[in-house]
Amino acid sequence: MIITGRAFIYGDNIDTDVIIPARYLNSFDPQILARHAMADFDADFASKAKERGILVAGFNFGCGSSREHAPIALLGSGIKCVIAKSFARIFFRNAINIGLVIIESEKAAERAADGDSMTIDTQKGVIKNLSKGEEYPLLPFPPFLQKIIDSGGLLKMAAADEKLKKAGGGNE
Amino acid sequence: MAIKTKTKMSMTRQLISSRLGREVSAGEIVMVGVDMVLGNDITSPVAIKEFESHGFKNVFDKNKIALVLDHFVPCKDILSANQCKIVREFASRQGIKHFFDAGDMGIEHALLPEKGIVKSGDIVIGADSHTCTYGALGAFSTGVGSTDMAFGMATGKVWLKVPEAVCFVLKGKPKKWVGGKDVILHILGEITVSGALYKSMEFCGEGLRSLSMDDRFTIANMAIEAGAKNGIFETDEITSAYESERNNPTFPLFAPEVSAYGKVYEIDLSEIEFMVSAPHSPDNAFPVNEISGVKVDQCVIGSCTNGRISDLAAAAEILSGKKVHPGTRTIIIPATQDIYLEALKKGYIETFIQAGCVVSTPTCGPCLGGHMGVLADGEKAIATTNRNFLGRMGHPGSEVYLSGPAVAASSAIAGEIVSPLEAV
Repeated sequence: MIITGRAFIYGDNIDTDVIIPARYLNSFDPQILARHAMADFDADFASKAKERGILVAGFNFGCGSSREHAPIALLGSGIKCVIAKSFARIFFRNAINIGLVIIESEKAAERAADGDSMTIDTQKGVIKNLSKGEEYPLLPFPPFLQKIIDSGGLLKMAAADEKLKKAGGGNE
Repeated sequence: MAIKTKTKMSMTRQLISSRLGREVSAGEIVMVGVDMVLGNDITSPVAIKEFESHGFKNVFDKNKIALVLDHFVPCKDILSANQCKIVREFASRQGIKHFFDAGDMGIEHALLPEKGIVKSGDIVIGADSHTCTYGALGAFSTGVGSTDMAFGMATGKVWLKVPEAVCFVLKGKPKKWVGGKDVILHILGEITVSGALYKSMEFCGEGLRSLSMDDRFTIANMAIEAGAKNGIFETDEITSAYESERNNPTFPLFAPEVSAYGKVYEIDLSEIEFMVSAPHSPDNAFPVNEISGVKVDQCVIGSCTNGRISDLAAAAEILSGKKVHPGTRTIIIPATQDIYLEALKKGYIETFIQAGCVVSTPTCGPCLGGHMGVLADGEKAIATTNRNFLGRMGHPGSEVYLSGPAVAASSAIAGEIVSPLEAV
């Protein structure tokens, strides 16, 4: 997969109450959620998501609640990927499970400035900041996580796997 | 009680290893069977849609799924009512044993331990970040998303990266009215909101003997606020007393020697002050004296963090014979129906109403700005809840200060944040 776009920058510890405030959790429609994504934090989020596509953040992106509405709202916003120095763990697994592209790279996030043109090639494993003329390695996911991504999400993987489909609570 | 183990494994690794029948390493990704899969009225509808749209027909075990309608319940609006209906009908179709609706519902993380539905030694996942609460019992328990919940309901499994662990060795005895909340806010102030990212926070030491189950639930509950995967406690006589009341056996779980941990914090409970976390982060924690004088428009005592009977007891002791400040709306929410009844029998509810408080049926309500106490622009609240992120309790221009029940009740009387030692 090749992703191109321009960066817009947020700081550390962007929490899920900021990504999608709880008052909107009475719906799980991606389009409705997307209308309110980041609304309290950045009034221009919706246009940035559509026009630039690459959200770059600091450490612990997605901390707080387990609400899957957060990555769903980001997917609904049309965003192409989130690059962060690190992700909070529930957000991380939710994103993998539903197919939001997330990239953990301290270097790429550190160096990116507002408006920088970026290209990510997930096959070749490289993140390019074209505005800076720099490249950073994209570390591969562990094989199990890559399998979820390649399957199109956790439940698609489970639905296609007869052994998992019939599982009754056993291990491994 | 069993003899202490000689293992070098963290408590979390012990539990996952014993379940898989082999020794697992930190960082390894495993697929493990679960004893309970939990969801609420916000997260379950998403999981149910995923479950059904991917062609799954039956849940893996109708006795190992808990569905609790607690967040926006009794339903605050039509959209919430529609979400509850999805869960109610699914529970009925699937014959879910542990389904809790208005009437027997309580806040999930107070309710499940109280009913004995989760117990020591269990592996539990819940589509709610505060699922880490059950670690207080000596369970491995972690918050996940709705897709993980759907996967868990379908297969009875969860994928996990075995976490590294940090150890908290507790000693000493806390001062009067200093409780689990003060301990965990103190810890968050030390290690920050990313201080245990992806890790297990493990609690041991002789100081445990002076922490009640309620204190332990509060501490484990907020492990997520440090970014942790889970919080977990050694099991002891206090655990067994709690579990035997619910006819559950106690799993013998002990921390390894501290040298087995990468990072060890020693905490003297006797030195912990009344703590308050200022906006907009739970790790922005200060002793109450450094923050006192902030005027508060609202006080909330409740939530999965501090809505248990000992929390209400502390609040009632402070509010007894007093009136809350006319400028401070005070909302008290017993976390479950059993807690509500016990508070009623002990006279706490009368005390609260005489003091001018609102008493509500169990609900998560105001903690996440849902209902039953949403803040207006510019308003400030003191709350025994768990998060004070921007806009958490209502308008993005409002502010939440987090504390334990003693500071919250004292501040309700004073109309501003004060130490319980000044108010009483």
